This record gives sequence, structure tokens and C-alpha cells, in this order.
Amino acid sequence: MRRLTWDRITSIALIAPSVIAILLFVYGFIAFTGFASFTRWNTLIPDFTLVGLSNYWKLFATPRFQIDLRNTATFTVLFLAACLVVGFMLAVLLDQRIKGEGVFRTIFLFPMALSFIVTGVVWRWLLAPGTAETGSLGVNLLFEKVGLDFLKSGWYTDPRIGIGAVVIAATWQMAGYTMALYLAGLRSIPDEMREAARVDGASELQIYRYILIPFLHPITLSALIILGHISLKIYDLIVSMTGPGPGFSTDVPAYFMWDTTFRGNQFAQGAGIATIMLLVVAILIVPYVVYTVRTEVQR
Amino acid sequence: MMTARVSPRKPIRLQQLLIYLALLIACAFFLLPLYLLLITGLKSFEEVRLATMWSWPTGLHFKSFVEAWFGSEAKGFLGLSGSFFNSLYLTVPATLISALLGSLNGYVLSKWKFRGSNGLFMALLFGMFIPYQSILIPLVKVLQGVGQVTAPLSTAILAMPVPDGLGWFPSWLAGFVPAYGTIGGLILAHVVYGIPITTLIFRNYYAAIPTELIEAAKIDGASLLGIYRRVLFPLSMPGFVVVLIWQYTSIWNDFLFGVTVTSRPAVQPMTVALNNLAGSYIVEWNVQMAGALLAALPTLLVFIVLGRFFMRGLLAGSLKG
Repeated sequence: MRRLTWDRITSIALIAPSVIAILLFVYGFIAFTGFASFTRWNTLIPDFTLVGLSNYWKLFATPRFQIDLRNTATFTVLFLAACLVVGFMLAVLLDQRIKGEGVFRTIFLFPMALSFIVTGVVWRWLLAPGTAETGSLGVNLLFEKVGLDFLKSGWYTDPRIGIGAVVIAATWQMAGYTMALYLAGLRSIPDEMREAARVDGASELQIYRYILIPFLHPITLSALIILGHISLKIYDLIVSMTGPGPGFSTDVPAYFMWDTTFRGNQFAQGAGIATIMLLVVAILIVPYVVYTVRTEVQR
Repeated sequence: MMTARVSPRKPIRLQQLLIYLALLIACAFFLLPLYLLLITGLKSFEEVRLATMWSWPTGLHFKSFVEAWFGSEAKGFLGLSGSFFNSLYLTVPATLISALLGSLNGYVLSKWKFRGSNGLFMALLFGMFIPYQSILIPLVKVLQGVGQVTAPLSTAILAMPVPDGLGWFPSWLAGFVPAYGTIGGLILAHVVYGIPITTLIFRNYYAAIPTELIEAAKIDGASLLGIYRRVLFPLSMPGFVVVLIWQYTSIWNDFLFGVTVTSRPAVQPMTVALNNLAGSYIVEWNVQMAGALLAALPTLLVFIVLGRFFMRGLLAGSLKG
């Protein structure tokens, strides 16, 4: 049996402030938000009369929220696919013993160091389609100049593809992240494995298909989860780039939540949106955290 | 005589060429926005027409940057200079405090494990992934409550007698008092919600340090804090660099806490001010672009100089040490 030593007490005292802070600011606050979502607090004056699930029923019946959920799903699928594909291709290209690898890596990664607000401001101009009055703008103008007119698009002003335009900006910012993950993964594969396959007569393509890609599966999973939780929470980029867009075509739950809560003062309704966001993220993250820490302990 | 090493001339293979071509196309995609920021920011006001947005500037004109920084009284908008300093006053203390807490937590959770410490660690980690929307409402309420408690303190600071020329000092200092709508309130939020990631990075970092070192120090009679101060802390610098860069970048780039906790322009961080600047109809777009570049520079410079440490924080963020 372990004695309660002075060191043991010190160790508890050291982490106590952090643990208490997280207990209160994360778990306590989440509990409060969850509680608020069951109340009638939809004005500036707090009203904690319990109303059951009525805020949630109202929410799911709201067209804007239905659009938001659809947008989030579309955004997540496109964003994850784009980041994985672009990131993987860049990593494979950089893994070919090329000159100036460091420079390329820096160029692919620097957007990660920027705020989504900066990204949004720039891409709002890059993907501004222009009007009859101004003529083509941004990349449309660029396409026009090099004779690729068929690539011109209404981007985020086109309700059908608006959310896709945001995906382009988000991928620009985050693809370097998957690149870095994959590159680290590729570098951790011993050269002997590739050599052995080459000796056995495998082509480079087969080596990737049958050896490297299966080896990278755990990295793909991490990337999916990390990028997935970012995409479910995406907010800053929407605010600075498009706002809710025509017919809420680029609206997302995070934006709706802020609008509802801090502009509309419908706190219970906002708390409901926040709770739904939390549940969706938790389904993705909790198994991941538990699994990672568990396997680490076993090692 | 030295034998000249004959290197067989490798034929430039088509494959090699295609690889570089693909990389260059990728570079064009990643650099295009930066290029647009730069050329637009450097144009003179007369040159800035949307139809010629891709043309080179005729010379180096810094007026857009000047206006983005200082604002324009004539046009009636605020520049980013004030918010730059707000971000600085916010980021520096929040980064330092959360790094220090993370280091202590990481030390305990890796070298002084106790029953349930892994469960506790998981519970901490979850805080790093939550959508902050789910804590915003109580955060605002609690900060308002904290503000009522700390109000006498700010009043006392504001009433402080100061020598001439230091008139700015009391209100500057009062800004650090935690409350709703103060820099101190923002620092509090960033410190608390920074604990999970800083703890994670330090825990993984310390896990790689041999336990024998700790055991040896214990046998020599060193206490927990003594070991931290004399053995672990001196070895922690690389860990601190990674954590400091990570926190500095994420706190500087934060928007959600900034826009929710600060409603007055006088305390807004730079991301919030930039968003206001860019959303304003009276601000020309070259000024917006110059502003975006100014807001990006503090983190961009750190990334360019210390990129490899940034990478490590990035990889640690996916829970791998």
C-alpha cells in the first residue's frame, strides 16, 4: 500500500488548480448549458422554468437549422476528402527525395499559422465572382485572362455550391496539416520494407497500394478525427468569408448558435444548438481519446 | 594523384520533372492568397481598381498599411494599432501562464502517476476538443460575476495617483483585472482552455525522459518540487518552445472568445478588429488586405523562423507525442 507522503500531497496540490478549473469551466459549464437548453430562458431575463425538450423540437423544425445540419454534413465530407487527398499527394511528392523539401514544406504549412479570419478575408476577395458592374473579380478574372472561362463560378454567392467555396479556403488552410502527418508517417516506415518489396518485383505504385497506404491507416484515422472535429465547429472562417450566405447556403450551427444567443438573446435555444454540437463532437472524440490513452498505457 | 570521382550523368527523368511540376502548381495554390495580399497592400490608392487586381503595383506604396494601422478619421474608422497591442497584452501572459501550468501538470501526470491519473488525463484532454459554443453562455455569465467581485480592485487601480506622463498606466493595468469585457477576462479564458493541450504536450515530452533520473534524484533526497526545479525544468526548454509557440499562435489567432468576451473596441483583439475592418463598407479593400497582412505577420514570422517547433506542436495536437 502506498503511503500518503509529502511528495504525494505536493503532487495533488500542483495539479489541483488545473483540475478544478477544468472541472468548473469545462464540465460545470457544459452541465449548465445542457440545463439551460431545457428551460424557457429565451429573453434577456433568465427564466429557468423547465420546458423539457421543447427547445429541441423547435430547433429541428426550424428550416435554418435543417439547412445548417445539411451544410455541416456537406462541408465535413468535402473538407475531409479534399484535405486527405491533397495532403497525401503532397506528402508522397515530398517523399521522393526532392531538392528544397524544407522550402516546399514551409509553403504548404504556413497557412496553418494564420487565423481563420485572415484566411476568410483573403478568400472572400479571391472568390468574389464580381457583378455586371465590376466585371469578373478574383480567380474568375484570373481564369478569364488565361482562357479558362469554363472554370468561372459564382462561388459562395451561388447557393448551390456556396459551402464548397468555403471548403476551398478551409482546405487551403488545413491541407498542410495532413501533409505533415502523412509525411511523418511515411518517414517512419523503414526503407528496408520498400527495398524488400522492390526486390520482390513490386512496382512503385504497388508499393504504395499494398505496403505504405495500409501502414498509414492509423494516421488517416487521426487526421479524420482531428479535421472532423474542426469542421463540425467551423465558425471563424464563415464569419469572415461569407456570413450565412444567400438562403443560409453557407450557414453552420456554430454561426446560428452565436446569432441566436448573443444577437437574438434566445439563450435556451442557443444552448440547445451548442448541446447538439457537443454531442456530435463527443461521439467522434470520446472513443478516440479513450482509445489513444489506453493503448499508450499498454505499450 | 586523386582519382576524380566520375559521377554518372543521370538523365533527367520525365518522372522527376513531373514531380517538380506538380509541386510548383501546389505552391501556386498556396501562395496565391499571400501574393494577392502583398500586391494589393502595396498599391497606391489610385491604382486600386478591382478590374486590375492582379496587376503589379507601380511602386512600393505603404499608404494602405498606414491607414490599416492608424485608421482614418476622415473616413471614420479605427485602425488596427490599438487591437494589436490588446492582442499582445493578452497573448503574452496567457501563453506563459498556460505553459507553466501545462508543465507542472505534465510532470505530475507522467512521473507521479496515481490511481486514476489516466482517467483524469482523459477528462482533461476532452476539454481540448469540445466546441466552445457549449461553454460560452456560462463563461459570459461567470465573467460578469467575477467582474462584480473584482470591480473594487479596478476602481482602486484607476484611482491610483500617478506622476505626469504615466496617465495611461492605471487604465492599462486595470485592463488585466479579470471581468467580462476586459483583457484579464480573456486571459483567464485562454489559460483555462489552454490547459488540456499544454498538459498533453508536456506529459508526452516528460514521458520520454528516463524515470531513472527521477529515481536517482529521489534517492538523493530531493523532493517533488526539487526534482522539478533541478532535474526536469532544465531539460524542459524544447518542450517549452513547442508549447509557447503553439499557445502563442492559437491565442493570437482566436476569434470566438475575443468576439464573445469583448464588446468594446478598446479591448478587442486583432482578429476581431480585422473582422470589423473587413466587414465595413467604408474601408477600401486594399486597406482590408493590408490589415489582414498586418494581423497575420506576428504569427507568420514566428512560423517562418521557428517552423520545426510549430510542426511538433501540430503533431502533438493529434495526441501523438
